[in-house]
Amino acid sequence: MNAQHGDPGSPEAADERGPQPPLVRLRDVGKRYGKVVALADVSLDVHAGEVVCVLGDNGAGKSTLIKIVAGLHAHDEGTYEVDGRVVRHGSPRDALELGIATVYQDLAVVPLMPVWRNFFLGSERTRGVGPARRMDVEMMRRTARHELSEMGIDLRDVDQPIGTLSGGERQCVAIARAVYFGARVLILDEPTAALGVKQAGVVLRYIVQARERGLGVIFISHNPHHAYPVGDRFLILKRGRPLGLYAKSEVTRDELAGLMAGGTELEELAHELERDLGATDVVAEFEAEAAQIKGRPDSR
Amino acid sequence: MDSGTAVATPATDERVARQSLLNKLLGRPEVGALTGAVVLFVFFSIVAEAFLEWNSLATVLYGSSTIGIMAVSVALLMIGGEFDLSAGVQVTTASLAAGMVSYQLSLNVWAGALISLLIMLAIGFVNGVLYVRTGLPSFIITLGMFLMLTGLNLGLTRVVTGNVATDPISELDGFATAQGFFSSDIEIAGVQFDVTIFWWLLFVAIASWVLMRTRAGNWIYAVGGSAPSARAVGVPVARTKIALFMGVSFTAWFLGMHLLFAFNTVQSGEGVGNELIYISAAVIGGCLLTGGYGTAIGAATGAFIFGMAEKGIIYAQWNPDWFLFFLGFMLLVATILNSWIRRRAEVAR
Repeated sequence: MNAQHGDPGSPEAADERGPQPPLVRLRDVGKRYGKVVALADVSLDVHAGEVVCVLGDNGAGKSTLIKIVAGLHAHDEGTYEVDGRVVRHGSPRDALELGIATVYQDLAVVPLMPVWRNFFLGSERTRGVGPARRMDVEMMRRTARHELSEMGIDLRDVDQPIGTLSGGERQCVAIARAVYFGARVLILDEPTAALGVKQAGVVLRYIVQARERGLGVIFISHNPHHAYPVGDRFLILKRGRPLGLYAKSEVTRDELAGLMAGGTELEELAHELERDLGATDVVAEFEAEAAQIKGRPDSR
Repeated sequence: MDSGTAVATPATDERVARQSLLNKLLGRPEVGALTGAVVLFVFFSIVAEAFLEWNSLATVLYGSSTIGIMAVSVALLMIGGEFDLSAGVQVTTASLAAGMVSYQLSLNVWAGALISLLIMLAIGFVNGVLYVRTGLPSFIITLGMFLMLTGLNLGLTRVVTGNVATDPISELDGFATAQGFFSSDIEIAGVQFDVTIFWWLLFVAIASWVLMRTRAGNWIYAVGGSAPSARAVGVPVARTKIALFMGVSFTAWFLGMHLLFAFNTVQSGEGVGNELIYISAAVIGGCLLTGGYGTAIGAATGAFIFGMAEKGIIYAQWNPDWFLFFLGFMLLVATILNSWIRRRAEVAR
């Protein structure tokens, strides 16, 4: 295994990608909340037409990372570049203006409102002036339907309340909205976390379509089974630090799962279980898995 | 679901079942109220002969309009997710302010009306800003405003006039034109219709236009449906809510002016309890108590139901004591029907 961590922006890598600078580039970025180091030494490039997965367990620093990229928090260390220019966002709006859109888990949709109203909420298109200024309802309906079908979501009726859509469909509407309003980089915060297998599949297909449209996607997840099929590169975080950055060719799904869980922890867990439960099949299984993970070449 | 409807829709896209037309109709917020209005109309037509005369219709519509003018703005506020318990006494505050200011300063009544308008908009603004700044439930804030205004109405009127009613203003300048504007009759085919009916219809039309076709309407639904989501996509939540509270105060002013110029003098204790009638009209009309759902037409239909019940009981020569019982019953039936219809429509999609 050949970890390329620590040198994601090397000249060779840049040559491979051509002269175009990455949409988003983080170099040794860190963030502290008071004394707590929430994130340190994270380097990451996101190019157009690429899905970068950020994986990690709870508390690994995933949300801190996306909050920095999304402009919710400013970073304390390192540099953050967009299109090769150093930036420092003061608010999510700054990031949005550069085409970096975030779709949070709660989606920011209003369940009782029709799909098309949700799609344009806050950015309604109007025509006419003065008291006759009105929403261009036909255009908004048509556009919502078109944009959604473009991405493979065929809605019966854009007038139905968005709350009647499935969780996966709602997620997709939120993504389609971000794309339509000019996103070049999409940050997806655990889009598959609350979904069933089938619905997660819908969202994953949608992520692939966004990539094919030339967007850069940052896909936050703690589920390697969701991340692996769609990701091009995988950044694994643990306790606020990068554990490795792998291209898809360098890692298998099982290795990814193992890296996330961490071989040492599994071994400890096995010992604890053995102490509490005595030697059982479950414990044996854990030990085997831990040994397998530890037996691999060093992940760093 | 019965199999008949499912079988009846082959050939085309199986998801767009034909029954969706009926469901779409049932899914409209105002359907429950419209059904109720028709049932009530037929009922009173049968039990009270006089009910079907044109003059009776004009009377019913007048009663409906005095509720409906307020129900429109109360419904908008409710769609925006909030209550205004001070709506009832605000009407009286508006009349008292215009009446006393005009009389004491011997002003043209239009000037008094204008000063009253400014006071009322300020009250709505205070309601809205208090809500936005404190984050307390609007129920509490407007309950406080309700009690304060009730006290102020009584107290200030006694201080100024030494009485529980304002002095008559019919001798003041501008009274005739103001009365023509706020409280006159318009004759259609020999029947006198009060002008408030037309103001009411105009307000309903404007509110419908705003809700259905403007950005502001989109924002009203959004702040009521999910304020955090609305904020996240850039909707000015605070401004929208404040404007909605001010809308209630505006219609309170308008109705207050009607009462002042219709009766020449105002009792300072009036209006208490009417806020619940306005809210009931909005709810019967299909507005959700939790916000984010409802229409202006629905609220108007709710007000019409109230108007019919109020006058119909009199035409049927029953004791008016029954009115409130009847309304309470209507409210329960309408609300249960509404929620049942909405659930059914959503499940059947």
